[in-house]
Amino acid sequence: MISGRTLAQGANCESKMSPDFLKAVSLCHLSKEDYDSLSLSEGKNVLLKNEFGETVLSPRVDAGLRRGMVFIPMGPWANILIGPDTGGCGTPQFKGLEIEVEATVSPVLDIRDLFRNIGRREA
Amino acid sequence: MIVKDAICSFCGCLCDDINVEVEENKVKSVKHACRLGSSKILGHGRISSPMVRKGRELKEASYQEAYDRAAEILMDAQKPLLYGWASTVCEAQKKGILLAEEVGGVLDSTATVCHGPSVIGIEEKGLPGATLGQVKNRADTIVFWGCNPAEAHPRHSLRYSSNACGRFTPDGRSGRKIIVVDVRETRTAKNADKLVIIQPGTDYEIISALRMLVAGKSDTVPDEVGGIPKAELVSLVEMLKAAKFGAVFFGLGITHSRGRYKNIDNALSLVADLNSYTKFVITPMRGHYNVGGIGQVLAWSSGYPMSVDFTRQAPYFNPGETSACDLLAKADTDAALIIAADPASNFPRPIVEMLAKIPVIQIDPYENPTTLLAEVVIPSAIAGVEVEGTAYRMDGLALRMRKLVDSGYPSDEEILAGILESVRRKRCSISHEGA
Repeated sequence: MISGRTLAQGANCESKMSPDFLKAVSLCHLSKEDYDSLSLSEGKNVLLKNEFGETVLSPRVDAGLRRGMVFIPMGPWANILIGPDTGGCGTPQFKGLEIEVEATVSPVLDIRDLFRNIGRREA
Repeated sequence: MIVKDAICSFCGCLCDDINVEVEENKVKSVKHACRLGSSKILGHGRISSPMVRKGRELKEASYQEAYDRAAEILMDAQKPLLYGWASTVCEAQKKGILLAEEVGGVLDSTATVCHGPSVIGIEEKGLPGATLGQVKNRADTIVFWGCNPAEAHPRHSLRYSSNACGRFTPDGRSGRKIIVVDVRETRTAKNADKLVIIQPGTDYEIISALRMLVAGKSDTVPDEVGGIPKAELVSLVEMLKAAKFGAVFFGLGITHSRGRYKNIDNALSLVADLNSYTKFVITPMRGHYNVGGIGQVLAWSSGYPMSVDFTRQAPYFNPGETSACDLLAKADTDAALIIAADPASNFPRPIVEMLAKIPVIQIDPYENPTTLLAEVVIPSAIAGVEVEGTAYRMDGLALRMRKLVDSGYPSDEEILAGILESVRRKRCSISHEGA
């Protein structure tokens, strides 16, 4: 799995609470072969998981990707799968992670729902 | 009114040919900017008022109340983190460093999750760099390694690199060789003469193989490296050596992958090696428009370019220990001031969960997920659109950002000065009480 900038992500990165940002970023790009092998179709989503967490995203066929590789626009949905280790240099490994991908009918979480359960201390 | 040749404040290209139509103090239209720059200059819905959390709710407050609460949080903390700084101007960054020194905190920039490994690699090896103008006017061979300017720096190719026509490069794209090295076929790859798709996480090995081939030690290179046959690597090296003026641009494809700063260290060495044969330069594709600026301002103020700890008698720098993600992951910070950044979106989730456990002060024009975690929210004017100031382009060139419209919001610099003043006033009052 790799995560990174896309044009639509960048154009909406200062309106993160908007539906446009959700549409631009809660995506999982994958090859046509992987899309077909997961029996994905309109209305189906993908569940991505690894030791750090799991996230549901809308699948998109991307002709630039080889089989076995997924690309997620950078942002809070992708970062659920990123670990805290920085390898002693301060920077987490946002690219080159192993994850599991499966088809799901679960919905993609809205940005507020994504942060709803995060522990907020009382002031 | 048309503001001509304004500077765009989105990415590290700092395009300086933007025409902005302003009517009744509002931006009406933007010409010459890319989709990213237009979106930034045209603006979005703003945070309307300062807010302070009472119980579980953020409640509207005055700026002074927000400054005072922020000052309390910073003064109560043992080791506050002051993080962000990439999307504001150098004048605000300078004030932020003063605040970090005053409260005894750690100041880190968004470079720490982007080109931080490049900063470390450059400290180890030095940067054989050039201005973007030199690349435009002279480069006949350009390598894009682990970067995708077609989506992250959309006007880079036309203004500075592959498609730019310059003094000694009048034929533009047709007079150049473009090489793209990546793990996928990006939009940038569609403009390449040579596309090298490598296996993820093998940048270090491939750069090492190229260095061996440049040095004439072909025997030491195996038949395949990182999924690339040796013959293809040999042909790549021939292209690099044939350049009259070569330029490498690299991005997060190598800073975020296995090897991180060692990848950069090796890439810098490859470029140094190539200079035994021809002229070659290398430039990191910096993302936010002034992430270069915070590195410069920190370096001239403290001697270090990021992750600077001001809690000791002298500035201390040790990425992996004093960097934002590590401080949060190890619960080694107990409050955070976030300015011109959104770590709740851009940090790994386990680190965001740690951020949610400490009081957060947010200074930003826009609501974003960090707002949802914040104890104090202070809306600011948009630097580079509503506030003038200095920013550093990705090649280290300092440019003066212009103010395009007036704003009713205070600038980042004014907000930081307000918090600093509140800290000093409280400190003075504590010392008088003590006396």
